[in-house]
Amino acid sequence: MTTTFPRRAFLVAGAALAAPATLRAQGTAMRLVVIGGGFGGASAASFARRTYPDVQVTLVEPQPRFVTCPYGNLLLGGERQIGQITHSYDGLRARGVDVIHDRAAGIDAPTKRVRLAGGAVLAYDRLILSPGIAIRWGAIEGYDEAAAQHMPHAWIPADGSQTLLLRRQLEAMPDGGVVGFAIPGNPFRCPPGPYERISMVAHYLKRHKPRSKILALDAKEGFSKQGLFQDGWRALYGDMIEWVPGNRDGRVVKVDVAERVLETEFGTRHKVDVANVIPPQSAASVAAASGLVNDTGWVPVNTRTFEARAAAGVHVIGDANIPGPMPKSGYVANTTAKQAVAAAVALHRGQTPPEPVYFNTCYSHVGENYGISVVGIFRPNADGTAIVEVPNSGGVSPRGDLPEQRRLEAIHADAWYESITRSMFG
Amino acid sequence: MRLLALSATLLALAATTAPASAQGPAPLAAEGCLGCHGPEGRGVAGGIAIAGRDRAELVAIMTAFRANERPGTIMGRIARGYTDAEIAAVAEHFSRIR
Repeated sequence: MTTTFPRRAFLVAGAALAAPATLRAQGTAMRLVVIGGGFGGASAASFARRTYPDVQVTLVEPQPRFVTCPYGNLLLGGERQIGQITHSYDGLRARGVDVIHDRAAGIDAPTKRVRLAGGAVLAYDRLILSPGIAIRWGAIEGYDEAAAQHMPHAWIPADGSQTLLLRRQLEAMPDGGVVGFAIPGNPFRCPPGPYERISMVAHYLKRHKPRSKILALDAKEGFSKQGLFQDGWRALYGDMIEWVPGNRDGRVVKVDVAERVLETEFGTRHKVDVANVIPPQSAASVAAASGLVNDTGWVPVNTRTFEARAAAGVHVIGDANIPGPMPKSGYVANTTAKQAVAAAVALHRGQTPPEPVYFNTCYSHVGENYGISVVGIFRPNADGTAIVEVPNSGGVSPRGDLPEQRRLEAIHADAWYESITRSMFG
Repeated sequence: MRLLALSATLLALAATTAPASAQGPAPLAAEGCLGCHGPEGRGVAGGIAIAGRDRAELVAIMTAFRANERPGTIMGRIARGYTDAEIAAVAEHFSRIR
Protein backbone atom coordinates (compact mmCIF):
# COMPACT_ATOMS: atom_id res chain seq x y z
CA MET A 1 0.00 0.00 0.00
CA THR A 2 2.77 2.39 0.82
CA THR A 3 4.64 2.08 -2.46
CA THR A 4 4.92 0.02 -5.57
CA PHE A 5 8.61 0.71 -6.02
CA PRO A 6 10.98 -2.22 -5.75
CA ARG A 7 12.88 -2.18 -2.51
CA ARG A 8 16.63 -1.94 -2.65
CA ALA A 9 16.53 -2.15 -6.44
CA PHE A 10 20.01 -0.75 -6.63
CA LEU A 11 21.62 -2.64 -3.84
CA VAL A 12 24.51 -4.14 -5.73
CA ALA A 13 25.99 -6.20 -2.94
CA GLY A 14 25.22 -7.22 0.60
CA ALA A 15 21.98 -8.39 2.12
CA ALA A 16 18.87 -8.93 0.05
CA LEU A 17 18.98 -8.97 -3.71
CA ALA A 18 15.92 -7.32 -5.20
CA ALA A 19 13.66 -9.43 -7.33
CA PRO A 20 15.09 -9.60 -10.87
CA ALA A 21 11.71 -8.89 -12.44
CA THR A 22 11.31 -5.58 -10.63
CA LEU A 23 14.92 -4.68 -11.36
CA ARG A 24 14.23 -5.01 -15.08
CA ALA A 25 10.99 -3.09 -14.81
CA GLN A 26 12.73 -0.12 -13.20
CA GLY A 27 15.91 -0.27 -15.21
CA THR A 28 15.81 3.32 -16.48
CA ALA A 29 14.61 5.16 -13.37
CA MET A 30 17.07 7.63 -11.96
CA ARG A 31 18.60 6.35 -8.74
CA LEU A 32 19.00 9.07 -6.12
CA VAL A 33 20.75 8.04 -2.93
CA VAL A 34 20.53 10.39 0.05
CA ILE A 35 22.97 10.00 2.92
CA GLY A 36 21.76 11.44 6.19
CA GLY A 37 18.18 11.77 7.42
CA GLY A 38 18.33 15.16 9.11
CA PHE A 39 17.23 18.61 7.99
CA GLY A 40 19.13 18.34 4.71
CA GLY A 41 18.67 14.68 3.87
CA ALA A 42 15.06 14.19 4.95
CA SER A 43 14.08 17.40 3.15
CA ALA A 44 15.86 16.18 0.03
CA ALA A 45 14.20 12.77 0.10
CA SER A 46 10.73 14.19 0.70
CA PHE A 47 11.10 16.88 -1.97
CA ALA A 48 12.47 14.38 -4.49
CA ARG A 49 9.49 12.05 -4.05
CA ARG A 50 6.94 14.89 -4.08
CA THR A 51 8.41 16.53 -7.13
CA TYR A 52 9.94 13.78 -9.25
CA PRO A 53 7.73 10.70 -8.85
CA ASP A 54 9.78 8.76 -11.40
CA VAL A 55 12.99 9.05 -9.38
CA GLN A 56 13.89 6.20 -7.04
CA VAL A 57 15.01 7.53 -3.67
CA THR A 58 16.99 5.65 -1.05
CA LEU A 59 17.77 7.30 2.28
CA VAL A 60 20.63 6.04 4.44
CA GLU A 61 20.45 7.06 8.10
CA PRO A 62 21.87 5.21 11.12
CA GLN A 63 19.28 6.36 13.65
CA PRO A 64 15.86 4.65 13.67
CA ARG A 65 14.24 7.97 14.58
CA PHE A 66 15.40 11.57 14.25
CA VAL A 67 15.75 13.83 17.27
CA THR A 68 15.92 17.45 16.16
CA CYS A 69 18.55 19.89 17.30
CA PRO A 70 16.01 22.72 17.02
CA TYR A 71 13.71 22.74 20.04
CA GLY A 72 16.19 20.64 21.99
CA ASN A 73 16.81 23.86 23.88
CA LEU A 74 13.13 23.99 24.82
CA LEU A 75 13.52 20.53 26.30
CA LEU A 76 16.37 21.90 28.41
CA GLY A 77 14.06 24.73 29.47
CA GLY A 78 11.38 22.24 30.54
CA GLU A 79 9.02 23.26 27.73
CA ARG A 80 9.21 20.11 25.59
CA GLN A 81 9.52 16.37 26.13
CA ILE A 82 11.82 14.20 24.03
CA GLY A 83 8.89 12.60 22.19
CA GLN A 84 7.85 16.02 20.90
CA ILE A 85 11.17 16.50 19.12
CA THR A 86 11.53 12.92 17.86
CA HIS A 87 10.40 12.03 14.35
CA SER A 88 9.74 8.74 12.60
CA TYR A 89 10.83 7.90 9.07
CA ASP A 90 7.48 6.21 8.38
CA GLY A 91 6.18 9.28 6.56
CA LEU A 92 9.08 9.15 4.13
CA ARG A 93 8.53 5.41 3.66
CA ALA A 94 4.89 6.15 2.85
CA ARG A 95 6.09 8.55 0.17
CA GLY A 96 8.05 5.72 -1.41
CA VAL A 97 11.48 6.44 0.02
CA ASP A 98 13.51 3.31 0.71
CA VAL A 99 14.91 4.00 4.17
CA ILE A 100 17.99 2.00 5.15
CA HIS A 101 19.17 2.29 8.73
CA ASP A 102 22.92 2.02 8.30
CA ARG A 103 25.89 4.36 8.23
CA ALA A 104 27.66 5.43 5.05
CA ALA A 105 31.30 4.47 5.42
CA GLY A 106 32.71 5.69 2.13
CA ILE A 107 31.86 7.09 -1.27
CA ASP A 108 33.51 6.10 -4.52
CA ALA A 109 32.50 8.95 -6.82
CA PRO A 110 34.15 7.61 -10.02
CA THR A 111 32.15 4.37 -9.88
CA LYS A 112 29.13 6.07 -8.23
CA ARG A 113 28.90 3.72 -5.28
CA VAL A 114 28.37 4.16 -1.56
CA ARG A 115 29.73 1.60 0.86
CA LEU A 116 27.71 1.13 4.03
CA ALA A 117 29.16 0.17 7.40
CA GLY A 118 27.00 -2.95 7.37
CA GLY A 119 28.75 -4.14 4.21
CA ALA A 120 26.19 -3.30 1.54
CA VAL A 121 27.13 -1.25 -1.51
CA LEU A 122 24.61 1.08 -3.15
CA ALA A 123 24.92 2.22 -6.75
CA TYR A 124 23.57 5.67 -7.60
CA ASP A 125 23.16 8.03 -10.50
CA ARG A 126 23.36 11.08 -8.25
CA LEU A 127 24.22 11.27 -4.56
CA ILE A 128 22.88 13.76 -2.03
CA LEU A 129 25.24 13.83 0.92
CA SER A 130 23.91 15.46 4.07
CA PRO A 131 25.97 13.82 6.78
CA GLY A 132 25.98 16.63 9.34
CA ILE A 133 28.86 17.44 11.60
CA ALA A 134 31.54 15.70 13.62
CA ILE A 135 32.85 16.91 16.95
CA ARG A 136 36.55 17.71 16.76
CA TRP A 137 37.49 15.60 19.75
CA GLY A 138 40.71 16.85 21.28
CA ALA A 139 40.34 20.41 19.98
CA ILE A 140 39.67 21.26 23.62
CA GLU A 141 42.25 19.48 25.77
CA GLY A 142 40.66 16.75 27.85
CA TYR A 143 37.38 16.80 25.96
CA ASP A 144 36.85 13.38 24.42
CA GLU A 145 33.91 11.02 24.08
CA ALA A 146 34.30 9.88 27.69
CA ALA A 147 34.33 13.49 28.91
CA ALA A 148 31.10 14.12 26.97
CA GLN A 149 29.37 11.68 29.31
CA HIS A 150 30.07 14.12 32.14
CA MET A 151 30.12 17.43 30.31
CA PRO A 152 27.61 16.90 27.50
CA HIS A 153 27.90 18.76 24.22
CA ALA A 154 24.26 18.03 23.33
CA TRP A 155 25.07 19.37 19.88
CA ILE A 156 24.56 16.18 17.87
CA PRO A 157 21.26 14.80 19.13
CA ALA A 158 21.63 11.24 17.70
CA ASP A 159 19.29 9.24 19.95
CA GLY A 160 18.68 12.24 22.21
CA SER A 161 20.84 10.93 25.05
CA GLN A 162 23.17 13.94 25.16
CA THR A 163 20.30 16.43 25.40
CA LEU A 164 18.58 14.32 28.06
CA LEU A 165 21.84 14.01 30.02
CA LEU A 166 22.22 17.78 30.12
CA ARG A 167 18.61 18.15 31.23
CA ARG A 168 19.10 15.64 34.06
CA GLN A 169 22.21 17.48 35.21
CA LEU A 170 20.28 20.76 35.31
CA GLU A 171 17.52 19.08 37.31
CA ALA A 172 20.04 17.62 39.77
CA MET A 173 21.93 20.86 40.27
CA PRO A 174 21.24 22.65 43.59
CA ASP A 175 19.84 26.16 43.63
CA GLY A 176 22.74 28.60 43.61
CA GLY A 177 24.84 26.48 41.26
CA VAL A 178 26.75 27.68 38.20
CA VAL A 179 25.98 26.41 34.70
CA GLY A 180 29.02 26.86 32.48
CA PHE A 181 28.96 26.99 28.70
CA ALA A 182 31.93 26.63 26.37
CA ILE A 183 31.02 28.10 22.98
CA PRO A 184 33.18 27.67 19.86
CA GLY A 185 34.43 30.09 17.24
CA ASN A 186 32.88 30.27 13.76
CA PRO A 187 31.85 28.33 11.79
CA PHE A 188 29.71 25.89 13.72
CA ARG A 189 26.25 24.32 13.57
CA CYS A 190 23.39 26.71 14.39
CA PRO A 191 25.01 30.09 15.16
CA PRO A 192 22.24 31.33 17.50
CA GLY A 193 21.87 27.89 19.13
CA PRO A 194 24.18 28.38 22.12
CA TYR A 195 22.47 31.66 22.99
CA GLU A 196 18.97 30.26 22.74
CA ARG A 197 20.22 27.44 24.95
CA ILE A 198 21.54 29.94 27.50
CA SER A 199 18.13 31.61 27.38
CA MET A 200 16.18 28.41 27.91
CA VAL A 201 18.45 27.26 30.75
CA ALA A 202 17.94 30.67 32.36
CA HIS A 203 14.19 30.26 31.85
CA TYR A 204 14.35 26.97 33.78
CA LEU A 205 16.65 28.29 36.51
CA LYS A 206 14.58 31.43 37.07
CA ARG A 207 11.56 29.29 37.87
CA HIS A 208 13.19 26.52 39.84
CA LYS A 209 16.67 27.62 40.99
CA PRO A 210 16.63 31.41 40.95
CA ARG A 211 19.88 31.91 42.88
CA SER A 212 21.85 30.09 40.17
CA LYS A 213 24.18 31.70 37.64
CA ILE A 214 25.12 31.10 34.02
CA LEU A 215 28.71 31.60 32.90
CA ALA A 216 28.96 31.63 29.10
CA LEU A 217 32.58 31.37 27.94
CA ASP A 218 32.81 32.20 24.26
CA ALA A 219 35.67 31.92 21.78
CA LYS A 220 34.12 34.79 19.78
CA GLU A 221 33.78 38.52 20.31
CA GLY A 222 30.24 38.64 18.99
CA PHE A 223 27.37 36.34 18.06
CA SER A 224 24.16 35.94 16.09
CA LYS A 225 21.27 38.20 17.17
CA GLN A 226 23.53 39.45 19.95
CA GLY A 227 21.77 42.71 20.74
CA LEU A 228 18.37 41.03 20.80
CA PHE A 229 19.56 38.20 23.02
CA GLN A 230 21.28 40.51 25.46
CA ASP A 231 18.24 42.83 25.61
CA GLY A 232 16.11 39.81 26.42
CA TRP A 233 18.53 38.45 28.99
CA ARG A 234 18.55 41.74 30.90
CA ALA A 235 14.79 42.12 30.71
CA LEU A 236 13.92 38.55 31.69
CA TYR A 237 16.81 37.25 33.77
CA GLY A 238 18.50 40.33 35.30
CA ASP A 239 22.12 39.55 36.10
CA MET A 240 21.83 35.76 36.00
CA ILE A 241 23.83 35.47 32.76
CA GLU A 242 27.47 36.49 32.39
CA TRP A 243 28.81 36.30 28.82
CA VAL A 244 32.59 36.40 28.47
CA PRO A 245 33.86 37.09 24.93
CA GLY A 246 37.06 35.73 23.45
CA ASN A 247 38.95 39.00 23.87
CA ARG A 248 38.24 38.84 27.60
CA ASP A 249 39.66 35.37 27.97
CA GLY A 250 36.44 33.58 27.08
CA ARG A 251 37.95 30.85 24.92
CA VAL A 252 37.89 27.46 26.67
CA VAL A 253 40.99 25.45 25.77
CA LYS A 254 40.92 22.70 28.39
CA VAL A 255 38.45 20.87 30.59
CA ASP A 256 38.99 19.05 33.87
CA VAL A 257 36.12 16.62 34.16
CA ALA A 258 36.92 15.39 37.68
CA GLU A 259 37.08 18.95 39.07
CA ARG A 260 34.27 20.26 36.81
CA VAL A 261 36.54 23.02 35.58
CA LEU A 262 36.52 24.93 32.28
CA GLU A 263 39.94 26.44 31.66
CA THR A 264 40.39 29.39 29.32
CA GLU A 265 43.27 30.53 27.12
CA PHE A 266 45.10 32.51 29.79
CA GLY A 267 44.82 29.77 32.39
CA THR A 268 41.74 30.94 34.28
CA ARG A 269 40.05 27.92 35.84
CA HIS A 270 36.26 28.30 36.11
CA LYS A 271 34.67 25.78 38.47
CA VAL A 272 31.08 25.08 37.52
CA ASP A 273 28.33 22.70 38.64
CA VAL A 274 27.03 21.78 35.20
CA ALA A 275 29.10 22.19 32.04
CA ASN A 276 27.79 22.26 28.48
CA VAL A 277 30.83 22.07 26.22
CA ILE A 278 30.02 22.88 22.60
CA PRO A 279 33.31 22.01 20.90
CA PRO A 280 34.72 23.04 17.53
CA GLN A 281 33.27 20.98 14.69
CA SER A 282 33.93 19.78 11.16
CA ALA A 283 31.99 18.00 8.44
CA ALA A 284 31.01 14.46 9.43
CA SER A 285 33.72 11.85 8.99
CA VAL A 286 32.34 10.30 5.78
CA ALA A 287 33.07 13.59 3.98
CA ALA A 288 36.72 13.54 4.99
CA ALA A 289 37.01 9.79 4.38
CA SER A 290 35.72 10.36 0.85
CA GLY A 291 38.19 13.16 0.11
CA LEU A 292 35.59 15.92 -0.09
CA VAL A 293 36.79 18.37 2.57
CA ASN A 294 39.42 21.07 2.20
CA ASP A 295 41.83 22.19 4.91
CA THR A 296 39.00 23.86 6.84
CA GLY A 297 37.44 20.47 7.51
CA TRP A 298 34.30 21.43 5.57
CA VAL A 299 33.20 20.67 2.00
CA PRO A 300 33.50 23.33 -0.73
CA VAL A 301 30.56 23.11 -3.14
CA ASN A 302 29.26 24.52 -6.39
CA THR A 303 26.99 27.46 -5.56
CA ARG A 304 24.23 26.40 -7.95
CA THR A 305 24.22 22.59 -7.75
CA PHE A 306 25.91 21.90 -4.39
CA GLU A 307 28.16 19.38 -6.09
CA ALA A 308 31.33 18.93 -4.11
CA ARG A 309 34.24 20.68 -5.80
CA ALA A 310 36.20 17.46 -5.37
CA ALA A 311 33.62 14.98 -6.70
CA ALA A 312 31.21 15.20 -9.62
CA GLY A 313 27.77 13.80 -8.94
CA VAL A 314 28.04 14.17 -5.15
CA HIS A 315 25.82 17.03 -3.95
CA VAL A 316 26.71 18.06 -0.41
CA ILE A 317 24.11 19.94 1.63
CA GLY A 318 23.43 20.81 5.23
CA ASP A 319 25.95 21.69 7.89
CA ALA A 320 28.81 19.76 6.24
CA ASN A 321 29.34 22.21 3.39
CA ILE A 322 30.87 25.67 3.15
CA PRO A 323 27.79 27.75 2.37
CA GLY A 324 29.31 31.21 1.94
CA PRO A 325 27.46 33.73 4.10
CA MET A 326 24.58 31.34 4.82
CA PRO A 327 24.47 29.96 8.36
CA LYS A 328 24.65 26.26 9.15
CA SER A 329 20.95 26.16 9.95
CA GLY A 330 18.07 23.75 9.53
CA TYR A 331 16.25 26.11 7.20
CA VAL A 332 19.24 26.56 4.91
CA ALA A 333 19.65 22.79 4.84
CA ASN A 334 15.97 22.48 3.91
CA THR A 335 15.96 24.99 1.07
CA THR A 336 19.36 24.09 -0.36
CA ALA A 337 18.30 20.43 -0.29
CA LYS A 338 15.56 21.28 -2.79
CA GLN A 339 17.93 23.11 -5.12
CA ALA A 340 20.46 20.27 -4.86
CA VAL A 341 17.82 17.68 -5.77
CA ALA A 342 16.44 19.82 -8.61
CA ALA A 343 19.97 20.33 -9.92
CA ALA A 344 20.84 16.64 -9.59
CA VAL A 345 17.74 15.61 -11.53
CA ALA A 346 18.30 18.27 -14.20
CA LEU A 347 21.93 17.29 -14.70
CA HIS A 348 21.02 13.62 -14.89
CA ARG A 349 18.54 14.49 -17.63
CA GLY A 350 21.00 16.71 -19.48
CA GLN A 351 19.06 19.84 -18.54
CA THR A 352 20.15 23.13 -16.96
CA PRO A 353 19.64 23.36 -13.19
CA PRO A 354 16.92 25.82 -12.10
CA GLU A 355 17.66 29.37 -11.03
CA PRO A 356 18.48 29.14 -7.35
CA VAL A 357 17.25 31.17 -4.42
CA TYR A 358 18.07 30.10 -0.89
CA PHE A 359 16.32 31.06 2.33
CA ASN A 360 17.09 31.12 5.99
CA THR A 361 14.44 31.67 8.63
CA CYS A 362 15.68 31.05 12.11
CA TYR A 363 13.76 31.73 15.31
CA SER A 364 15.09 31.64 18.83
CA HIS A 365 13.11 31.50 22.06
CA VAL A 366 14.53 33.89 24.64
CA GLY A 367 11.79 33.31 27.21
CA GLU A 368 8.08 32.74 27.56
CA ASN A 369 6.19 34.56 24.79
CA TYR A 370 9.51 36.00 23.68
CA GLY A 371 10.76 34.99 20.23
CA ILE A 372 13.32 36.64 17.98
CA SER A 373 14.44 35.84 14.46
CA VAL A 374 16.99 36.25 11.75
CA VAL A 375 16.12 35.77 8.09
CA GLY A 376 18.19 35.83 4.93
CA ILE A 377 17.70 35.41 1.19
CA PHE A 378 20.71 34.34 -0.80
CA ARG A 379 21.70 33.71 -4.43
CA PRO A 380 24.87 32.87 -6.31
CA ASN A 381 26.66 35.94 -7.66
CA ALA A 382 26.80 36.65 -11.40
CA ASP A 383 29.69 34.33 -12.18
CA GLY A 384 28.63 31.71 -9.67
CA THR A 385 31.85 31.87 -7.69
CA ALA A 386 30.14 32.77 -4.41
CA ILE A 387 26.79 32.87 -2.70
CA VAL A 388 25.75 36.37 -1.61
CA GLU A 389 22.92 37.76 0.48
CA VAL A 390 20.37 39.82 -1.45
CA PRO A 391 21.12 43.47 -0.54
CA ASN A 392 18.60 45.29 1.66
CA SER A 393 16.78 42.09 2.55
CA GLY A 394 16.78 39.83 5.56
CA GLY A 395 18.18 40.72 8.94
CA VAL A 396 17.11 40.38 12.54
CA SER A 397 13.99 41.39 14.45
CA PRO A 398 13.79 45.06 15.42
CA ARG A 399 15.16 45.97 18.83
CA GLY A 400 13.25 47.90 21.45
CA ASP A 401 10.35 47.30 23.81
CA LEU A 402 8.11 45.37 21.41
CA PRO A 403 6.18 42.76 23.43
CA GLU A 404 3.65 42.03 20.69
CA GLN A 405 6.41 41.41 18.13
CA ARG A 406 8.16 39.05 20.57
CA ARG A 407 4.91 37.25 21.40
CA LEU A 408 4.01 36.74 17.74
CA GLU A 409 7.51 35.55 16.87
CA ALA A 410 7.32 32.95 19.65
CA ILE A 411 4.07 31.68 18.10
CA HIS A 412 5.58 31.74 14.62
CA ALA A 413 8.59 29.84 15.91
CA ASP A 414 6.32 26.99 16.99
CA ALA A 415 4.62 27.07 13.58
CA TRP A 416 8.07 27.01 11.98
CA TYR A 417 8.96 23.85 13.86
CA GLU A 418 5.74 22.08 12.91
CA SER A 419 5.95 23.22 9.30
CA ILE A 420 9.55 22.36 8.62
CA THR A 421 9.45 18.99 10.35
CA ARG A 422 6.29 18.07 8.44
CA SER A 423 7.96 19.12 5.20
CA MET A 424 10.81 16.76 6.10
CA PHE A 425 8.97 13.77 7.52
CA GLY A 426 5.31 14.14 6.58
CA MET B 1 -2.99 14.24 7.20
CA ARG B 2 -2.06 10.62 6.72
CA LEU B 3 -4.86 10.21 4.21
CA LEU B 4 -3.74 13.31 2.40
CA ALA B 5 -0.19 12.08 2.33
CA LEU B 6 -1.27 8.71 1.00
CA SER B 7 -3.43 10.35 -1.64
CA ALA B 8 -0.51 12.47 -2.69
CA THR B 9 1.67 9.39 -2.87
CA LEU B 10 -0.86 7.55 -4.99
CA LEU B 11 -1.21 10.54 -7.29
CA ALA B 12 2.53 10.76 -7.51
CA LEU B 13 2.79 7.07 -8.28
CA ALA B 14 0.12 7.36 -10.94
CA ALA B 15 2.29 9.96 -12.61
CA THR B 16 5.39 7.83 -12.77
CA THR B 17 4.77 6.75 -16.32
CA ALA B 18 4.17 10.29 -17.57
CA PRO B 19 7.10 12.36 -18.81
CA ALA B 20 8.40 15.02 -16.47
CA SER B 21 6.41 18.20 -16.64
CA ALA B 22 7.96 20.73 -18.98
CA GLN B 23 7.29 23.37 -16.34
CA GLY B 24 9.27 21.36 -13.81
CA PRO B 25 8.74 21.41 -10.07
CA ALA B 26 6.96 24.02 -8.03
CA PRO B 27 9.07 27.15 -8.23
CA LEU B 28 11.86 26.86 -5.72
CA ALA B 29 10.94 30.33 -4.50
CA ALA B 30 7.59 28.88 -3.41
CA GLU B 31 9.24 25.83 -1.85
CA GLY B 32 11.08 28.28 0.40
CA CYS B 33 7.76 29.27 2.01
CA LEU B 34 6.84 25.80 3.23
CA GLY B 35 9.22 25.75 6.17
CA CYS B 36 6.95 28.24 7.97
CA HIS B 37 3.63 28.04 6.13
CA GLY B 38 3.28 24.26 6.26
CA PRO B 39 2.90 21.55 3.65
CA GLU B 40 1.60 23.08 0.42
CA GLY B 41 1.34 26.40 2.25
CA ARG B 42 -1.78 25.28 4.10
CA GLY B 43 -0.60 26.54 7.49
CA VAL B 44 -0.15 24.37 10.58
CA ALA B 45 0.13 25.00 14.31
CA GLY B 46 -0.61 28.72 14.13
CA GLY B 47 1.28 29.22 10.89
CA ILE B 48 -0.54 31.38 8.40
CA ALA B 49 -2.16 29.61 5.43
CA ILE B 50 -1.22 31.00 2.03
CA ALA B 51 -2.59 28.19 -0.13
CA GLY B 52 -5.65 28.82 -2.25
CA ARG B 53 -5.62 32.60 -1.87
CA ASP B 54 -6.27 34.86 -4.80
CA ARG B 55 -3.25 35.40 -7.01
CA ALA B 56 -3.60 39.17 -7.21
CA GLU B 57 -4.12 39.37 -3.46
CA LEU B 58 -0.90 37.43 -2.83
CA VAL B 59 1.02 39.67 -5.21
CA ALA B 60 -0.38 42.76 -3.50
CA ILE B 61 0.50 41.44 -0.03
CA MET B 62 4.06 40.50 -0.98
CA THR B 63 4.59 43.78 -2.82
CA ALA B 64 3.31 45.74 0.18
CA PHE B 65 5.58 43.78 2.53
CA ARG B 66 8.50 44.49 0.23
CA ALA B 67 7.72 48.22 0.18
CA ASN B 68 7.45 48.26 3.99
CA GLU B 69 3.83 49.32 3.64
CA ARG B 70 2.30 46.40 5.50
CA PRO B 71 2.92 45.59 9.15
CA GLY B 72 4.37 42.19 9.92
CA THR B 73 6.91 40.40 12.04
CA ILE B 74 9.34 38.97 9.48
CA MET B 75 7.69 39.06 6.04
CA GLY B 76 8.99 42.54 5.19
CA ARG B 77 12.55 41.33 5.69
CA ILE B 78 11.86 38.28 3.54
CA ALA B 79 9.86 39.95 0.75
CA ARG B 80 12.70 42.40 0.09
CA GLY B 81 14.72 39.42 -1.16
CA TYR B 82 12.23 38.52 -3.90
CA THR B 83 12.21 39.71 -7.49
CA ASP B 84 8.95 40.71 -9.19
CA ALA B 85 9.11 37.51 -11.21
CA GLU B 86 9.47 35.40 -8.07
CA ILE B 87 6.56 37.13 -6.36
CA ALA B 88 4.44 36.43 -9.43
CA ALA B 89 5.54 32.79 -9.55
CA VAL B 90 4.93 32.26 -5.85
CA ALA B 91 1.48 33.86 -6.04
CA GLU B 92 0.60 31.79 -9.08
CA HIS B 93 1.74 28.60 -7.36
CA PHE B 94 -0.18 29.06 -4.11
CA SER B 95 -3.29 30.42 -5.82
CA ARG B 96 -3.61 27.14 -7.71
CA ILE B 97 -3.65 24.96 -4.60
CA ARG B 98 -7.16 23.97 -3.63
